[in-house]
Amino acid sequence: MTERMMPMAKAINEGLRAAMTADPSVLLMGEDIGTLGGVFRVTEGLKAEFGENRVLDTPLAESGIVGTAIGLAMRGYRPVCEIQFDGFIFPGFDQITSQLAKLTYRHEGSQAFPVVIRVPYGGHIGAVEHHQESPEAYFAHTAGLRVVSPATPNDGYWMIQQAIASNDPVLFFEPKSRYWQKGEVADDGVPTPLHQSRVVRTGTQVTLVGHGAMVAQLLQAAEVAAGEGTSVEVIDLRSLSPIDFAPILASVQKTGHLVVAQEAPGNVSVGSEIAATIAERAFFSLEAPVLRVSGFDTPFPPAKLEGAYLPDVDRILEAVDRSLAY
Amino acid sequence: MSYTEATVQLLSPQGSLVESDATAPYLPLIAGLDESRLLDFHRQMVVIRRFDIEAGNLQRQGQLALWIPSLGQEAAQVGSGYAARSQDHIFPAYREHVVGRIRGLDPMRIIEMLRGLSHGGWVPEETGNFHLFTLVIGSQALHATGYAMGMRFDGVVGTGDPEVDAATLVYFGDGATSQGDVNEAFVFAASYQTPQVFFLQNNHWAISVPVERQSRTPLYLRPAGFGIPSVQIDGNDVLASYATTRAGLDAARAGEGPRFIEALTYRMGAHTTSDDPTKYREDEETRFWSERDPITRYEAYLRGKGVGDDFFREVAVEAEDLAADARRRTLALTDPPTSKVFAHVYTDAHPLVAEEAAWYSAFEAGYEEAGS
Ligand SMILES: Cc1ncc(C[n+]2csc(CCOP(=O)(O)OP(=O)(O)O)c2C)c(N)n1
Ligand SMILES: [Mg+2]
Repeated sequence: MTERMMPMAKAINEGLRAAMTADPSVLLMGEDIGTLGGVFRVTEGLKAEFGENRVLDTPLAESGIVGTAIGLAMRGYRPVCEIQFDGFIFPGFDQITSQLAKLTYRHEGSQAFPVVIRVPYGGHIGAVEHHQESPEAYFAHTAGLRVVSPATPNDGYWMIQQAIASNDPVLFFEPKSRYWQKGEVADDGVPTPLHQSRVVRTGTQVTLVGHGAMVAQLLQAAEVAAGEGTSVEVIDLRSLSPIDFAPILASVQKTGHLVVAQEAPGNVSVGSEIAATIAERAFFSLEAPVLRVSGFDTPFPPAKLEGAYLPDVDRILEAVDRSLAY
Repeated sequence: MSYTEATVQLLSPQGSLVESDATAPYLPLIAGLDESRLLDFHRQMVVIRRFDIEAGNLQRQGQLALWIPSLGQEAAQVGSGYAARSQDHIFPAYREHVVGRIRGLDPMRIIEMLRGLSHGGWVPEETGNFHLFTLVIGSQALHATGYAMGMRFDGVVGTGDPEVDAATLVYFGDGATSQGDVNEAFVFAASYQTPQVFFLQNNHWAISVPVERQSRTPLYLRPAGFGIPSVQIDGNDVLASYATTRAGLDAARAGEGPRFIEALTYRMGAHTTSDDPTKYREDEETRFWSERDPITRYEAYLRGKGVGDDFFREVAVEAEDLAADARRRTLALTDPPTSKVFAHVYTDAHPLVAEEAAWYSAFEAGYEEAGS
């Protein structure tokens, strides 16, 4: 197996290139993704390589991007749309949730809608309003969509290709605060299936679950906890719809303690779903209620306050302590 | 009423051909039609009107949850529907029953949908590329535009081969022109020069809201701002509908970019069977439009050409037959199995849906056992 070090932005770029090379029906569409290569440069160089009919600098209209991607999918294309920032997905919300998500059902399975929607998301970048949000729960709540989020460059490289290969629509949430940290990318080998969660650190006393940028924080918290004598298991969810509960259940049966962490607000969230499901399925294994660590149920605050809003290692550890104190 | 100087009309309300500078480009397209096609126009209008009335009755008798009448809009729909070639793709709103029928859709599929047995579910490849109805106002405009972008990328535009060159035809209403999606579709269509005809049926009402609330400008003038050539037509004139759509699609397929047609027509019936138009509109207006009935006018034209009673009698019988058949088949419809709730939510396997389907099936079985 050959491995190369690269940041996630580059890994996703390479994954897109691989998918476009393998399948001429894959095309990219979005705002500023062509000549500029995207505001995060995730599509850098692809227009020069594949031409303007496969990397479309579209008009500035999210509903238009998703709606025309649906038409292109009907025509046999596999469009990959970029939403420039998390907070700008909502003008396209109707086409995503009322059309894209339901069209296979409405067609009673005769047509597939293999559209990927890439969304750079999350905080920690000190940006202005609408540029740091975590709207994944809206989409995980919607039947017909698949929702995933890579936490590492390797997952960025493979998961984007798997998302494009999926015959169902996939919301692909890219943790933008993790775009630039390097990690190993395996060019070959067998990738983890798209909708599997993964134990990324083993431990025995508490289970921590999260996705996207949160996974790095959970690993840090586990490290600190280990220094204090607490053994923590960390699970990278990777897929938010469907959620792969098996590794979480297995872990909780071992630890009896579960903390779910996310940047998104906690109310009616992915973390809430995990808490409810684990309470249903592992009630007698739990030695404490499942605890959620999340962004607050407020709008994302001005950037100078994001440190107070976003869960950090201290808030994760506080929850670990609370869980163990039950 | 909202006719303007610019309104293209090939057939006067009395049923004679209008020869003028405005109609000159279109009359050859009519002259080129063979007699049997001219008769088809009439046949489809009459038959669908009868079917429509039957479906409305079936709703009143509790057989359907809803019916969406197309009464009064037959000419706009039949003319434009016949203008499309077999390789074209048609994206309807929800009132274009006869366009579907022309393309090969069994209208029973619409009855099934409005009875609550499906969300459409027909296969566009099997219905002459007539796509599913879209109930979210205006959404389909973007699908048609994206589809047409794909035709362009695939090189099936402007080759000069009439069997290859293709276009999309999308239907929407006057209310829909206010939707963002329709306007975004204009932007994308103009930008990518899609092979596409936007066909607006201005039936003057969006449920209870008159078209004046949607626009202070005649709607056919709007596309100019997007860079899309447009024409306003008398939508109760089946020949104008055919010829302008034909010309628009020909231009679109030839690679000249999108075209826009505003067909002035009138929704003679209620918005749907759930609606009560007496609450918001005057008899006088309805009278104005009933004097411009699309079928009466076209029948006068055909009779002027020497078409005799036999034909009209034959069409009347065909209409009665279709209505009787629709009634018989509606009464024979059965509910789908409950497993349909869970079918085709995803294309590939999905654990959550599979789990819920299995749970519900066991739950149902438990009740059956308890009951037996
Ligand atoms: C996005 C959306 N908003 C509201 C409705 C409810 N609704 C159904 S039909 C209709 C009026 C549509 O008017 P128009 O576009 O003129 O088409 P017509 O029904 O006259 O054919 C409305 C408001 C809807 N279906 N979709
Ligand atoms: Mg209307």
